[in-house]
Amino acid sequence: MSKRSPFLISCMAFGFAFLYVPLLLLMIYSFNDSKLVTVWGGFSTRWYGELFQDDQILGAARTSLVIAAMSATLSTILGTICGLVLARFGRFRGRTLFSGMITAPLVMPEVITGLSILLLFVALEQLIGWPEGRGMTTITIAHVTFTMAYVTIIIQSRLGQMDESIEEAAMDLGARPLKVFFLITLPIIAPALLSGWLLSFTLSLDDLVIASFTAGPSSTTLPMVVFSSVRLGVTPKINALATLLVSAAAFCIVIAAIIMRRAERERERAIAKAMAEQEQM
Amino acid sequence: MSQFARNLQDQVARAEKGGSIPTDTPRSIIQIQNVTRKFGDFVAVNDVSLTIYEGELFSLLGGSGCGKTTLLRMLAGFETPSSGRILIDGQDMTHIPPFERPVNMMFQSYALFPHMTVEQNVAFGLKQDGMPSAEVKKRVAEMLDIVELSALGKRKPHQLSGGQRQRVALVRALAKRPKVLLLDEPLGALDKKLRERTQLELVNIQESLGVTFVVVTHDQEEAMTMSCRVAIMNQGRILQVDTPHAMYEYPNTRFVAEFFGSVNMFEGILVEDEADHVVIDCPELSRPIYVSHGVSGREGGTAYAAIRPEKVALSKEEPADTSRNCSTGVVQDIVYLGGESTYLVKLDSGRVVRVSLQNAYRAAEPEITWDDRVWISWQPSNVVVVSS
Amino acid sequence: MSTELDPLTGGATVSPAPGAAATVAEQTKADAPPPRPKHRLYRVLFRGPLALRGRGLVIAIPYLWLLLFFLTPFAIVLKISFAEFMVGVPPYTPLVEWVDDTYLKITLAFSGYKYLLEDSMYVNAYLGSLRIAATATVLCLLLGYPMAYGIARSSPSTRNVLLLLVVLPFWTSFLIRVYAWIGILKNNGLLNNALMGLGIINEPIEMLNTEFAIYIGIVYSYLPFMILPLYTTLEKLDGSLLEAAMDLGCRPWKAFLKVTLPLSMPGIVAGCMLVFIPSVGEFVIPDLLGGASTLMIGKVMWNEFFQNRDWPTASAVAIAMLILLVLPIVGFQRYQLVQEEKAREGSK
Repeated sequence: MSKRSPFLISCMAFGFAFLYVPLLLLMIYSFNDSKLVTVWGGFSTRWYGELFQDDQILGAARTSLVIAAMSATLSTILGTICGLVLARFGRFRGRTLFSGMITAPLVMPEVITGLSILLLFVALEQLIGWPEGRGMTTITIAHVTFTMAYVTIIIQSRLGQMDESIEEAAMDLGARPLKVFFLITLPIIAPALLSGWLLSFTLSLDDLVIASFTAGPSSTTLPMVVFSSVRLGVTPKINALATLLVSAAAFCIVIAAIIMRRAERERERAIAKAMAEQEQM
Repeated sequence: MSQFARNLQDQVARAEKGGSIPTDTPRSIIQIQNVTRKFGDFVAVNDVSLTIYEGELFSLLGGSGCGKTTLLRMLAGFETPSSGRILIDGQDMTHIPPFERPVNMMFQSYALFPHMTVEQNVAFGLKQDGMPSAEVKKRVAEMLDIVELSALGKRKPHQLSGGQRQRVALVRALAKRPKVLLLDEPLGALDKKLRERTQLELVNIQESLGVTFVVVTHDQEEAMTMSCRVAIMNQGRILQVDTPHAMYEYPNTRFVAEFFGSVNMFEGILVEDEADHVVIDCPELSRPIYVSHGVSGREGGTAYAAIRPEKVALSKEEPADTSRNCSTGVVQDIVYLGGESTYLVKLDSGRVVRVSLQNAYRAAEPEITWDDRVWISWQPSNVVVVSS
Repeated sequence: MSTELDPLTGGATVSPAPGAAATVAEQTKADAPPPRPKHRLYRVLFRGPLALRGRGLVIAIPYLWLLLFFLTPFAIVLKISFAEFMVGVPPYTPLVEWVDDTYLKITLAFSGYKYLLEDSMYVNAYLGSLRIAATATVLCLLLGYPMAYGIARSSPSTRNVLLLLVVLPFWTSFLIRVYAWIGILKNNGLLNNALMGLGIINEPIEMLNTEFAIYIGIVYSYLPFMILPLYTTLEKLDGSLLEAAMDLGCRPWKAFLKVTLPLSMPGIVAGCMLVFIPSVGEFVIPDLLGGASTLMIGKVMWNEFFQNRDWPTASAVAIAMLILLVLPIVGFQRYQLVQEEKAREGSK
């Protein structure tokens, strides 16, 4: 069975076509001159030009990027602490509730998360006057709350794979626990931290539902703008925007994959070299 | 065994007998007093008391799950005893965290910091102590020199072979000049050939630096080659603490005799109990076992007689005295091991006895071969009576 | 790491024998700089009876965050679900009131929940959500399984590329991916145009704003969540097991059914849960692809909140949805726990 049967091959071909054809069509039609999105009217980049004239979209994009960067940073910090607590602190009172609260947002429908946190903000405002209205702060807090679960999972599993005796060795050599964390643990799990940050950034950038609940009149995010214009029908400008977003993501992912592959190869070569030297000894 | 180890051994033996000149008395560096460690209902270490002397290479030997690693981790400070005390160099260390203890540990997985070079790894502990950087540099160079790794100081751990990593881990733990070095299966990850060479290297380094080593191992040969003294552990308890020689020749329990080398164990009834000899009647042997030393058993009780395979003689001829310490059987199998061969002799009772013979001559036709009817016999002084 | 260790302040705080500790510390840390002076705040926080010792402090930060921003909100949703709609700010009646400053009046309104049972729209929306999510999950499994199997059977280098291709859409905007299908499925969309151009159909088939479009949307959006856990279990599967089965006289198809399929059950369960649970509460897909007539609970709740501004009913819908999802979620977490336990025992 090591060979793939024709059935498998055709299933895979269909599956990947299913995944990519819609995106490709979207990208192709973003260069369509016609205003009718489904009729080809010749090649043009005019929609890109119009996109960059659209202040509403540009402003929303800026808002989204700021929120995504802030919430990704905060959720990486909190998620790392959570991952550390779950992976290294053993049992403590309230651990079950703690791990439950961390994993629950992963499976919680977004509409519920969004509604509940909005109602909290409203109640808090009534009670203590904070937050004053809703805006970027409230969206950021909501995004941190639902993205830190992902960071926690990533960090926790990375710490699970890590040899604990490395941290013990540092402590044995005289480093206090806090120092061990910053000098040893953090550098070793840095790649996991980065992927956690990127994942929260993407999730935040992509989120429509939670942002819709927690946004105020002055803080419209990009997905909210896209959503309201898409509801009115397909527009070539959104196609252009989509093309840019998809290309940016694809570019980053492919570059990251290449860098990781190269580092892996380098590592393998170094190990092979060390083994060869040992043979000669 | 080296001269140093032998001296120390004598000193320890004298100190424990209580009669010796004070200047010769070895100084105790670690005192473990009635230490117990429980994990839930499981008792990993059960009421262990032990003294380790300055400058010795001490081994904790036992199978997996016997509590040896837990005991070592309590010395390092990674586990806290449920009860009992641990004194290191006279100070109570029972509740001192690992980063404040004057001992260092070499980990089974080596636990090298993957993001640091060899030099940075070795320097880590020194920097934690706030040693000036010039001094750190000097000490690191010195340490790497000891294990001949000076050329590889700029490499990262993944660029090293297994043996090189092992040596980095060793000098990293030694760099702070700890009073005691704890080694958790230091040779476990190496292949057999490298292991044998490294054993001697480790002993040489230990002796030249004069640091006390406490080694955890599951390999009795390793413990035998390297240690001044060995403690054998089973189910959380220490069964016997002795020099390798005494451990092999005078095991005090069945478990120790069987764990430390191979042995023929005979169960029998103590029929004669005198001050200078005992006689054990063993149904598996056709003649009684006569032992030329007294034991603390009681007549009529069960006794276990242990006879090492190399201490059994094998011949086709009847021995001079057939009234005791012999039996007959048929050679069932011969295991050729190069330097020696092990003969499996099936006695008439069905019991199989192992006999080891040196292969001293190359071309010699083996005198005894499969299905030969043979006699096995042994000297009365070569039998050890052990408790169960 | 032993649990007794103290990450911030170190073990000195837990040591019952400070005297002995100090002497040793002095000996070994002779070269260390003198300790920094401690502030008053430090003393308040870290010493004394209410002290937050290092370990506690580390736990406390995320714990408080989650309590405030995750758990409290549900309590508030629960509270508001028992209130009644009224025009005002906030748009619901208070639950607890001081009457004449002397006694407490608690009003529990069940109108929100009564609606849910009386109005067949809600019941239909719940049932519709479950049915649509379940159907889409099965479709996702049917497409995802062979793909995951094929990827797991490829050579390591192709495998990495294929995995990357599976994951890549996940990193691009979800909204954009749903949007892409509008242009394809609508009446004068690309698919209808193509089919008519080829002469297969004469007039456009209504595809957008149907349940079919929702299935497409869910399968398309959640396919990576199905493939990845399936791939993980299939990749771990020892190829020699299949060879052994065939060596013992099993035909390939039978070997698959008797060996591969049962062993990949954990992946199937994980994948199905990861698709099913979020699909039930999905809002974007039914809203954009399903049109006005589709009833899915997430969409109903959204409309209740944003269009009718009926917070109590929206909260009641949310609580009901939560109760609906608790069973599969808890069941799933139990299952995963058992699997992890098994894996841990296996690796010992």
